Amino acid sequence: MERKTKVNAEEGKQDLWITREFDLPLDLLFKAYAEPELLAQWMGTNVLKFEAKKHGCYQFETKDANGNVVFRGNGAIHEFSPNKKISRTFEMENAPFGVQLEVCEFEKLTDDTSRLTIHSIYESGALRDANLKMPFAYGINMAHNRLQEIVNNLK
Amino acid sequence: MNLRRDVFQAIADPTRRAILLLVASQAMAAGAIAANFDTARPTVSKHLQILTECELLQQEQNGREIYYHINAKKMKEVADFIEPFRIMWDDRFNALEAIMKNYKTK
Repeated sequence: MERKTKVNAEEGKQDLWITREFDLPLDLLFKAYAEPELLAQWMGTNVLKFEAKKHGCYQFETKDANGNVVFRGNGAIHEFSPNKKISRTFEMENAPFGVQLEVCEFEKLTDDTSRLTIHSIYESGALRDANLKMPFAYGINMAHNRLQEIVNNLK
Repeated sequence: MNLRRDVFQAIADPTRRAILLLVASQAMAAGAIAANFDTARPTVSKHLQILTECELLQQEQNGREIYYHINAKKMKEVADFIEPFRIMWDDRFNALEAIMKNYKTK
């Protein structure tokens, strides 16, 4: 299996790196991070609030089929440089993982390809590890369902 | 198999991580392991018990002493613990790519 997305979390540290190369031009990759309708689609969540600017804030919410809130997260944007960089905080509500600082850098590789590097810094190494070990089975299923819906829409 | 202990809980403790590093190079008896730490011997014994219960360490009788050595297979599982997290992001980014390819052709 091709490993397009790489995660590097060094033992004993309180940060992690996520890198991914996309088969997309830089501006389209950035747009997926900048427009709430698009964010909602690929994250598989509702975007309650999204102010794409310095000192803007955002809030995501996911509900199950019965309308119960299963996930809610929010943060503040510190830097919003189109096609370049987004720095923001992120905090999952009602979860014991604290707040994270996320620095997302967008780079052009070729005219049709681009790279995203996310540096995520946690309050402590223990909180980072706790977040990494969270049972992700649920999230993975959700993403698969999401993907299936998208593919169906493409037909 | 004893599932009472969570392997990730086991490695969350700095002393237990230090024990694993120590034993990784060579099998050691409990006394020799304890000699490397300032903590009381029973505390080290407790750590060894936890590491053994979650199968990160294996015991081996050697004469009158019990030697502890590392279980490489289990350690590899721990090294892979970020895999579900990676898959979650990979799925999200695959979705992002699919959506934006569709967006481009609109």
